Amino acid sequence: MRSLFRFLLRNYFVMMFLALEAISFSLIVSLNNYQRVAFVSSSNDIVGTIYERFSHFDDYFSLSRTNARLAAENASLRKQLQLRIQLQEKYPTNRPDTVDAPAYYFTSAKVISNSVNKQFNYISLNKGSRQGIKPDMGIISADGVVGVITNVSPNYSTGLSLLNKRFSIAAKITKNNYSGSLVWDGEHSNTADLNGIPFHVIVNVGDSVVTSANSGIFPEGIMIGTISKWDVEGGTNFFNIKVDLSTNFRTLKYVEVVKNTKQDELKKLETNNVGE
Amino acid sequence: MIKDLGKYVIMFFVLVLVQVLILNNIQFSGLVNPYIYILFILLLPFTIPGYLLLGICFVLGISIDIFGNTPGIHAGATVLLGFLRPWIAQLVSSRELIEKGNTPSMTQLGFASFIKYTVISVLIHHLFLFFAEAFSFGDFFETLLRWILSSIFSIIIILGSQFIVFKN
Repeated sequence: MRSLFRFLLRNYFVMMFLALEAISFSLIVSLNNYQRVAFVSSSNDIVGTIYERFSHFDDYFSLSRTNARLAAENASLRKQLQLRIQLQEKYPTNRPDTVDAPAYYFTSAKVISNSVNKQFNYISLNKGSRQGIKPDMGIISADGVVGVITNVSPNYSTGLSLLNKRFSIAAKITKNNYSGSLVWDGEHSNTADLNGIPFHVIVNVGDSVVTSANSGIFPEGIMIGTISKWDVEGGTNFFNIKVDLSTNFRTLKYVEVVKNTKQDELKKLETNNVGE
Repeated sequence: MIKDLGKYVIMFFVLVLVQVLILNNIQFSGLVNPYIYILFILLLPFTIPGYLLLGICFVLGISIDIFGNTPGIHAGATVLLGFLRPWIAQLVSSRELIEKGNTPSMTQLGFASFIKYTVISVLIHHLFLFFAEAFSFGDFFETLLRWILSSIFSIIIILGSQFIVFKN
């Protein structure tokens, strides 16, 4: 026993090195399980505060651009509202049923940190559990899909950006409703791959790709991007489709967090099915 | 050592903040991410005890990890660098210089040795970093390219900063 101690003491440098590397590796490997490593993430309050301070300062440089974008979004929403009102006037009996409470609620939030240059990019927002943010809520911007929340602290939250190879979303081509899964290609901050679209579908460059209904996280029809390129790989039955993302992740400032009020109900139902 | 404690504490915070607030946001085509915070490890005194060296490396790495949402990746890379640092120091400097308890700065080591010291350290650290980040050898050549380009930028920034500091 004593010789063991002496051995450990003499080689403590190597032992300590191995121990610390083991800790690091266990952290790297458990990266897949976001909840478990919540404390090593920028959703914690100290980190969030530092990022928020810096982003206040950074904001002044993009005020006019942000304003222009918000004004454009306002205009487009107003147009949609006008359309609704006209429809209502035309068909006054076609009233929405009050039983159908809105399935989705939106909370606006500010991006306090956002990376685009890694293989696994994350995004941090300035709202957290006190503002009703929970894991598994979607993040969208005026231009399109941004990501999904994974960790929350009382005042901050972090999530996977769409520019994260571990994140895939159910997407469909608007024109023909065929759906597949969309994953970032890991190369550019504005392109992604759409997989699982079978051969017989007619695909054109410029077709828009939107979220499909079966994601459960995003409302149906949120813009993701447009098809920029497609080709056929030998030996498979599916297209290789490149999508130009509509969200500009490099200049992202304001986003909305989507809460699906029926998500829990749906999840419960689906797990029941699995159990049988 | 004790009188330098304040200097090192300030340097730690400055380097971490510069890294996470400025350099982590640099985006050249997604291939270049300079990581200059390891300058802190490079500048620790030669005579620092091993447990302290490894401990500091781990804390530094995990700090960068917390800001960047990359649990363990930077910590692993900095601990590896800390482990190899005595060996790198021996490689680039003389025994007397190490035993006298100097710090491995540009003025102490001399220009050529300091460059060698920086280049070897950055290459080792970045190699671990980028391959641990990709966590696969799938995009081997792309990761290799990221490693080389980022290392070049880190080395230039580290040497440049030392030039500015020690010229005065």
